[in-house]
Amino acid sequence: MNRRAALLLGLLGVALVLLPMFANSYVLSVATLILFFAFTGQAWNVMMGFAGQLSLGHSLYVGVGAYAAAGLFFHYGIGVWAGVWLAIAVCVAVGAVIGFLAFRFGISGVYFALLTIAFAEFTRIGFDHLQWLGGSGGLFLRVAQRDQIDLANFRGPPAMYYYAILALTAGALGLCSWLLKSRAGYYWQAIRENEEAAQALGINTFRWKMLAVMISSAMTAVAGVFYAFYYNNLFPEQIFHISRSIEIILGPIIGGIGTLFGPILGAAMLTLLADGITELLAAFGLEIPGVKQVFYGIVLLVVVMFLPNGIWPTIARRLGLAK
Amino acid sequence: MTALLEVSGASKSFRGLKAVQNASFEVARGAIVGLIGPNGAGKTTLFNLIAGVLAPDAGSIRFDGAPIAGLRADQVCAAGIGRTFQIVKPFAGLSVLDNVVVGALARSKNVSAARAHATSVLEKLGLAHKRDMPASSLTLPDRKRLEVARALATRPSLLLLDEVMAGLRPTECDQMVAVFRELNRAEGLTILLIEHVMRAVMALAGQIVVLHHGEIIARGLPSEVVRDAAVLECYLGEEAEI
Amino acid sequence: MTWDLAVNVLISGFLTGMVYGLMALGLSVIFGVVRVVNFAHGEMMTIAMYACVVLFAAFKLDPFLAVLPVAAAFFIFGYALQAGLINPFITRPEHSQFMLLVAVAIIMVNGLLMIFGPDARNIQVAYQLESFELGSLLIDKARLYAAGVAVLTAGLLFAFFRLTLTGKAIRACADNHLGALVVGLNVKHLYALTFGVGAACVAVAGCMMVLLVDVTPSLGPAYTLLAFVTVIVGGLGSMPGALVGGILIGVSEALAGLLFAPSAKSMFSFGLLILVLLLRPQGLLGKRA
Repeated sequence: MNRRAALLLGLLGVALVLLPMFANSYVLSVATLILFFAFTGQAWNVMMGFAGQLSLGHSLYVGVGAYAAAGLFFHYGIGVWAGVWLAIAVCVAVGAVIGFLAFRFGISGVYFALLTIAFAEFTRIGFDHLQWLGGSGGLFLRVAQRDQIDLANFRGPPAMYYYAILALTAGALGLCSWLLKSRAGYYWQAIRENEEAAQALGINTFRWKMLAVMISSAMTAVAGVFYAFYYNNLFPEQIFHISRSIEIILGPIIGGIGTLFGPILGAAMLTLLADGITELLAAFGLEIPGVKQVFYGIVLLVVVMFLPNGIWPTIARRLGLAK
Repeated sequence: MTALLEVSGASKSFRGLKAVQNASFEVARGAIVGLIGPNGAGKTTLFNLIAGVLAPDAGSIRFDGAPIAGLRADQVCAAGIGRTFQIVKPFAGLSVLDNVVVGALARSKNVSAARAHATSVLEKLGLAHKRDMPASSLTLPDRKRLEVARALATRPSLLLLDEVMAGLRPTECDQMVAVFRELNRAEGLTILLIEHVMRAVMALAGQIVVLHHGEIIARGLPSEVVRDAAVLECYLGEEAEI
Repeated sequence: MTWDLAVNVLISGFLTGMVYGLMALGLSVIFGVVRVVNFAHGEMMTIAMYACVVLFAAFKLDPFLAVLPVAAAFFIFGYALQAGLINPFITRPEHSQFMLLVAVAIIMVNGLLMIFGPDARNIQVAYQLESFELGSLLIDKARLYAAGVAVLTAGLLFAFFRLTLTGKAIRACADNHLGALVVGLNVKHLYALTFGVGAACVAVAGCMMVLLVDVTPSLGPAYTLLAFVTVIVGGLGSMPGALVGGILIGVSEALAGLLFAPSAKSMFSFGLLILVLLLRPQGLLGKRA
């Protein structure tokens, strides 16, 4: 990263840390949502951008992670700091199963994407009928006081959640940056570019693809746990739905698959513009369901057609931030 | 001293088509062996059997005394065999240096050591000045050099070259030949090459093996093989009585 | 559960399966020739269903009559979509093509949501409530007619591809893209034609489906997935396979709905998809890709 980029990143970091002091609760909630999608998009990016496997069912990990931690809390009173480990373990196992099935049986490309969709849909309907975790009626976590920070139970004012997701996103950025420059990063890019050539250079592509899938699902599990304790209600129809999976991937695709800052930029742009449209319509007294998603669709269409590498690489070059 | 590579009775069929039949030959340590034959003779299939892309239906392949038939391609690379592809497969989105670093990481566990080794390999192949260019922007001769550099970065004891001279002009071909000669002389690199460009084969190979319809029909010194009647027949056809 | 009930449910599933098969046929044709994975397939079907609803509300036009104008309109739309939007993407990486159609699908579904709202709409015609009686068997008239139209359309499609010159030209493109170019076929035009034909197929399926279920915008993604399950189970690129797959899915959904909870029946389809992808990815009648 050159000096200009480092400086800009530093300024952005400071701005984000200071945000809660200036923002009202609405702005804070929007910022939290942006960071949530930035974090989840970054997690998805590990599977797609790094290892080249298109997952269209990532809502599976958000949901499983959320329900795992929420279920522990709901039924046994076990707090989030222990619950998150179960969530990660279960999601890594699920990801490993999907990865194993896909890679051992040589399923890739479109077929792999369909497989991930099928698993997510299967789980969605399954959870709809899982009464122990609330079924289609939903799982509700008790919310105690919202004013004091109770870190042990992950309860507190909105600013606490904001800092939590900010920390997670920063952590994800650091992790991905480190991974990209490491042996794993080189190997994943090689596999993505040409798997046969990668094998001829001593890369056990099965093992490395599995690693990408497991890291991606582990990170997404954490996103799910955050979701559970932030929103405090879980519905299979919402959390496992395919439109959630698509929301997750919009940020990275628009920002730039495989890049570090792409997912974050994409998530920010999309959420801000979408919110802007909703506000604009509300100013005219209109509330039309579906407008936001049509907007997402149009942006996605334009980006896929004219900026296939995403917006970030173009911006980075223009601003002189790339090396 | 046992040969570095021993292929005995290797056979491979595809749905009834016998691509390789009962092939047996050896490559001595430090030798350069040429594998020639008309198109469709089974040369690349034989390479793929050695390199672990395919498993032989029958026969054995031993490398440095250990059996390697049926191992995966990445395991074969770890054992010390590097290979290039007939149709080059660069990592188009990566830089020239990063392409070779991927290869170097097979032996060097940390990235900086790999980069250093990759740079020295690029220098040997004359590509060092293009290290930061994207691989997709290279010309064909440079792509071939990159392919070789990548395989060399894995520090192989045996290098399998699949028609690496195809499409090169005579001067470019001579340059490549010089590089291989030097690697063979200075580092004792053993080379098995598939080639149609006889200029290169005659300049490099100490021994030639001829494949035709999946079977080995001749082997020996270059000067003997090119005069062998069976070899001439498979390339030029039978002599007609007019 | 009585024997009669089971048989009635099976027949109902069989007939519905024919309509699924027609929908999947459109997808199979598009993929088999143009090699594009039409992720907006179910959404297109949903648009056709809404078109019927609108035509019925405005002109009391029976879906069996509305089929012709709707299919024609969809043919033109499919042609335009392929020629205008998708064609430049043939050479792009697979996931790019995929995301293009995902974008189109998102716009379609939510466009429908914006225009029609989330509430269910349907068509009420007299014969929907009537059925044929064969002994103790009850066969819904509407379902039978719909299945009939589905089979007829499939037959027309087979005839088109086997007997007409254009159909053969399209099959040539599918078999060998370069060869087709070399002999002077206008491949771009033929691809667009194929997409149009596939779209017309799905339009007919939609017009039939609107007689059987209520329509909401969220049907779009559900039918897309169902179409994929059907085509993959039956065999990607195989036309008979699409129909066989449709019947299989229709029957198994009906059975699953009977034996387990009705809302769990699509779970069965997804389970089947996973199994087929793993064990026999070319499907029952397909060729290995």
